Amino acid sequence: MSFLEARNVVKDYSGYLALDHVNVAVPHNTIFGLLGPNGAGKTTLIRIINQITGPDKGEILFDGRPLKSSDISRIGYLPEERGLYKKMKVGEQALYLAQLKGMSRADALKRLKFWFEKYEIQPWWDKKVEELSKGMAQKIQFIITILHKPSLLIFDEPFSGFDPINANLLKEEILNLKREGATIIFSTHNMSSVEELCDHITLINRGKAILTGEVSDVRYQYKENLVQLDISGNLEQAYTLINEKAEIVSTKSVNGNQSLQIRMPREMDVNHLLKLVINHCDIHGCQEILPGMDDIFIKVVNENKK
Amino acid sequence: MSKIPLILQREYLTRVKKKSFIIMTILGPILFAAMFAIPALMHLLEDTKEKHIAIIDHSGLYEGRIQNSDLLIFSYLPASEENKLRNEFGSTGYYAFLSIDDDLLKRPDAIRLFSDGQITIDVRDHISRSLRDFLREEKLKSFELEGLDHIMGEINNVRVNITTLKLGQDGTEKESSTEIAMIVSMLFAFMSYIFIFIYGTQVLRGVMEEKTSRIVEVIISSVKPFELMMGKIIGIALVALTQVVLWIVFTFLILTVLKTVVFTDAPMPTRLDGIEAIAGSQDTTAQMEELAASTGFNYGRIMEMINTMNPVTTLILFVFYFIGGYLLYASLFAAIGSAIDNETDSQQFMFPVTIPIIIALYVAMAAFRNPHSELVFWFSMIPFTSPIVMMARIPFDVPMWQVALSMALLVAGFLFTTWFAARIYRTGILMYGKKVNYKELWKWFRYSTR
Repeated sequence: MSFLEARNVVKDYSGYLALDHVNVAVPHNTIFGLLGPNGAGKTTLIRIINQITGPDKGEILFDGRPLKSSDISRIGYLPEERGLYKKMKVGEQALYLAQLKGMSRADALKRLKFWFEKYEIQPWWDKKVEELSKGMAQKIQFIITILHKPSLLIFDEPFSGFDPINANLLKEEILNLKREGATIIFSTHNMSSVEELCDHITLINRGKAILTGEVSDVRYQYKENLVQLDISGNLEQAYTLINEKAEIVSTKSVNGNQSLQIRMPREMDVNHLLKLVINHCDIHGCQEILPGMDDIFIKVVNENKK
Repeated sequence: MSKIPLILQREYLTRVKKKSFIIMTILGPILFAAMFAIPALMHLLEDTKEKHIAIIDHSGLYEGRIQNSDLLIFSYLPASEENKLRNEFGSTGYYAFLSIDDDLLKRPDAIRLFSDGQITIDVRDHISRSLRDFLREEKLKSFELEGLDHIMGEINNVRVNITTLKLGQDGTEKESSTEIAMIVSMLFAFMSYIFIFIYGTQVLRGVMEEKTSRIVEVIISSVKPFELMMGKIIGIALVALTQVVLWIVFTFLILTVLKTVVFTDAPMPTRLDGIEAIAGSQDTTAQMEELAASTGFNYGRIMEMINTMNPVTTLILFVFYFIGGYLLYASLFAAIGSAIDNETDSQQFMFPVTIPIIIALYVAMAAFRNPHSELVFWFSMIPFTSPIVMMARIPFDVPMWQVALSMALLVAGFLFTTWFAARIYRTGILMYGKKVNYKELWKWFRYSTR
């Protein structure tokens, strides 16, 4: 069952159609990638889910019923453009923002203490935000976002501005949140992190959802019959035999073996390929290559342009 | 549950804890009290050293005619001393020396005052006053009329002294004061004017700070934009009220302390004394003295006069118009703050907002003179100018229905501007890097409300 569903959502900014009958379904307790080029309408959709702005048409279902204003306290949102009050002290500010999300002061204080201890950043408590580095401020913002234990988390480009160590920390924390039962929407241009983290994706382009599904399905759907084959022995003959039926895209030598990338025609399968070479050389490995999300993204968006 | 109180609390506390707020709160009353006290203090701190002045009278007519005062001692020296005075002035110890060369009735300019420094106005005035009185008498005597002294005395005693009285509904008379009504109305009008500007700008800055620091998106994912705007506006209104109340209390305290500590014996001199010292002219001095004598800084009398203006009603109205005017403009300032990315862009939008405020101040000036003219009446009804203009009229007894109508219009006015501004604000705070013009604002205004 979907935890969050956007049904036929339309948003029109005086003639500019930011969202055009968009349908998105985010399954419960998954990490969901909301993808799309700049200006595609991702942020508008996220703002509608956060009730910052309302849809002109369509509806948002949250936990199986229409979204209502009290759901705000069950959502945590880390916007792409994020900031804090520069002149305000870190602790005070975190308490304030937590209270705005509906937490009691005492609760907020207790949980903030936990997180500050976990990340060993207690000395920051009485510092003004302007004294912190950008990465430090990002960490505080992340803590504030998840502090009220929301059941739906929305991260817009969460890794921008983090160094690799902190980015990794963040990744782990996001996976942790999923383990604890949260549903996570994840908007990013960083496709490797999509492959790594996301279970489902929807790709939005020019206000429309143009691709949707489980990440593994999507990659399978866009596979190009590409196979990686590691062999040794009589290479010359193997090459000739393969070239008769398929196309060798690249070759490289790995640990004395030759690693080939082969694009097969549609009617050909891996068994067929192996039969061709099995009597002429030693086979060390064979694997279908699925396209990366990067390639799929570019391909789908370009096709959509036509 | 509304989160306005939470926002309001933050807006209020961060501002009253600021150094600039604390400094202004302390400095304001001191400056205000100084306005009253400095001329008086100057009086007390005046030079108390005796000044010796030599007189060389070549005409021989004025010996002993210039009287010594508390601080000025005159000595008449023979004409033979003049060269010595001129050449070795520094060693003689005199402050100045006066040389009279001829009969002043014939040659009024035959008198000169020498010194090695700048001669104070006081000294010059004392000498010319003494001589003038003497010469007048001489002149009068030369007419040789019977009973002239008596006639002059009569003439000098002619006075017109109008007491302005206010008739109550039941025909009771109360002494009123046009001057005090004017001062009070001026004070109210200026206070409203200054506070709308200072605190309106604070709203603008506050909104812009949230926008440019990009915290606003996090906040409005927790609260409605309208709640954020109202929380800020009300929070800053409370800061303004805090400041006004503290100013009034502190000013009153300072003046009371000054009055009891410094001016225990003498009646507290009026500010007019200060003007008199600067003006220095005989005629104005004489007038001022009379005025000072009649209106003299007398707490009892002033309080009595202020009482004729219904201080409680006036104060309540002041607070109402003060807050009403602020609320009306604050939301507009918030809308401007939401539309721009930096303060330099604010000019083009500030202009139409500040124009009515400035016009209001000019009309208020006219209201001091003619509080019931048609122009002043209309401007005291229009919500954009009424907070300033009506406050200028209040001390002059405005009919009840006019006050009620103006108040109702003001409430309607700020509800309208708040509604209007909120629609722009809601969209503006999330718009970055756009060149904003009025067409753009109008587009934002028309975006759907949902």
